[in-house]
Amino acid sequence: MTPDDKSVDRKSADRRRFLVDAARVSGLAAFSGAIGFLAGRKGHAAESRWQIDPDKCIGCGNCATYCVLDESAVKAVQCFDMCGYCDICTGYFDTNYQEINTAAENLLCPTDSLVRTFVEEKAGQRFYEYTIDLPLCIGCGVCVKGCALMNGSLYLQVMHDRCVDCNECAIAVACPSRAFGRIPAETPYRMKKQALAVVRQKAADPENAKARELLSQVYQS
Amino acid sequence: MKKVASIILLWLLLPGLATVVAGELIPVPSFSNHEVPTTEVAPGEWSAWEVVHVVFLFAALVLATLFALVARSRKYLLALCVVSLIWFGFWRGGCICSIGATQNVAQGLCDRGFTIPLSVLAFFLLPLVFTLFFGRTFCAAVCPLGAVQELVAVRNVRVPRWLDHTLGVFPFIYLGAAVLFAATGTAYLICRYDPFVPLFRASGNASMVLIGVCVIVISLFVGRPYCRYLCPYGAILGLLSRVSKWHVRIVPGECINCRLCEDACPYGAIEAPISAEPPEQRARGKRHLAWILLATPGVIAVMAWLGTTWSGPLSRLDFEVRLAEQVKLEEMQQAEATDASDAFRNEGRSPSDLYAEGIKRQQQYARLGGWLGVWIGVVLSAKLVQLSVRRGRSDYRPNQSNCVACGRCFRSCPVELVRLGLIEDVSEKVEEARA
Repeated sequence: MTPDDKSVDRKSADRRRFLVDAARVSGLAAFSGAIGFLAGRKGHAAESRWQIDPDKCIGCGNCATYCVLDESAVKAVQCFDMCGYCDICTGYFDTNYQEINTAAENLLCPTDSLVRTFVEEKAGQRFYEYTIDLPLCIGCGVCVKGCALMNGSLYLQVMHDRCVDCNECAIAVACPSRAFGRIPAETPYRMKKQALAVVRQKAADPENAKARELLSQVYQS
Repeated sequence: MKKVASIILLWLLLPGLATVVAGELIPVPSFSNHEVPTTEVAPGEWSAWEVVHVVFLFAALVLATLFALVARSRKYLLALCVVSLIWFGFWRGGCICSIGATQNVAQGLCDRGFTIPLSVLAFFLLPLVFTLFFGRTFCAAVCPLGAVQELVAVRNVRVPRWLDHTLGVFPFIYLGAAVLFAATGTAYLICRYDPFVPLFRASGNASMVLIGVCVIVISLFVGRPYCRYLCPYGAILGLLSRVSKWHVRIVPGECINCRLCEDACPYGAIEAPISAEPPEQRARGKRHLAWILLATPGVIAVMAWLGTTWSGPLSRLDFEVRLAEQVKLEEMQQAEATDASDAFRNEGRSPSDLYAEGIKRQQQYARLGGWLGVWIGVVLSAKLVQLSVRRGRSDYRPNQSNCVACGRCFRSCPVELVRLGLIEDVSEKVEEARA
């Protein structure tokens, strides 16, 4: 190698180093630009959570089978303020029931997680309260579909003590009515519009702290 | 008797049912001695954990960088691998990872209504910044997906050069497709086909589990198949690592060209020295390069055309397009109603609206498919250019873009062994290897 060649080599090495440095600096500039743009546009760093819009949900049953968890993060919720406390609940009894009793063939829920409790008899009408035994519920939505024949007070929600918050929710992908969406993490639940109106009224009562607590968890727009 | 009574009751309720449909509810009874309870929902998790995860990510990146570049210790890197796997994989459940965050960032840039939390942004950007300065230390011991493959890479089957280069194009194509679908809000492909998330959570749907098992079985024989031939984030990191300021080195000092490191790398990232070409070959190489550059617009045009033509299957990932097709088929009585089409009918939108929307989307996907084609054309051309450029080098070096800084090569280098004081002179190791 002649000294001339060496200086050419060094020159090209210098040029390379310069280009590499320039690439690094422009990369850094691009990243800080992206941070500024993305962080600044929203003005806040809201986390978000998956949730079901109960007004769109059709109770198809995908929530029970598509969740990545063995026991789905989706469970049924009872909105007592919309419930008619029916004697013959269409979410509890199979419409083809043989007898009014708790034999499996008469009930809709496959895991016996919907609990029917007698409350009161008034003017010959018997009223029952329906509550959900959450550890048993698998989120299949059969009761939701049944209840939709009447008041529709039962609805499905993603339970945030269970949800692992996948970046792409497998149930959302399989949802036939596009009821899944992301909402702010501070208010990670939804309610039916009708129920929301009732609960707002209840919350106006200064003594009803529970209704206000519920509202504080619910995304209201 | 009871049954008759209940049937009568149901009949009595039926007029009520009609009003329910019209939007009025059976009123909540007012009880004499029972308060109507309020719905209760489980509170969400403590979101400050996100901050903890980001801090841990930063700490892990710092440690991985120190272990690879300063301590030069494969043992430490492996230990960090295990910790990262447990923390980010099994405990955090794999979501959200830096690889998947690419999609959130793409959607955040394109969709005005999409919020991207700062923690997600940190997960995307921190490894990029580190790579820009120190090479792919994130891949070495922080990424849980990389860690799984690193720990199961027991056999080292060398992938032929031509195959390695061919497969090496896929991460870029995958990246293009993932960004495109995320930006349009259609799908998060990277997450949908993440092979390791079922392992982290010990659950998942059948296709995910199947892909996962396949990738892990392949990883036993071929080092890091996901990182090398699929990972879209790895594609970005590879590009950045090329210009990294302090990249990991095989030799701590002067390379003695003993060739002992050549087989140490299961990822085919060690490049042997090559001489600069003699002038006549150089001239031929230049002509070769000129032809490739000339052909580039053609390649891009062909790929763009292919992308446009094949946009049909692409658009089928879109919910609205699928729904429009389904409803149309049902109208022509060639398909049974599905949950989706039932839900659509209950919504009260007219089918013609849906068709118009579907066609609009399909045209949009034809355009996007074209752009994806352009991207693929650029990637292919860049690969060809890269293959036809030959730069002489006099020592064994890691290929900065492919090297994941796993540290397997350190102990194979006699110079390193001398540095560590394990042998007196390089010749000991070299002679032992020859024998």
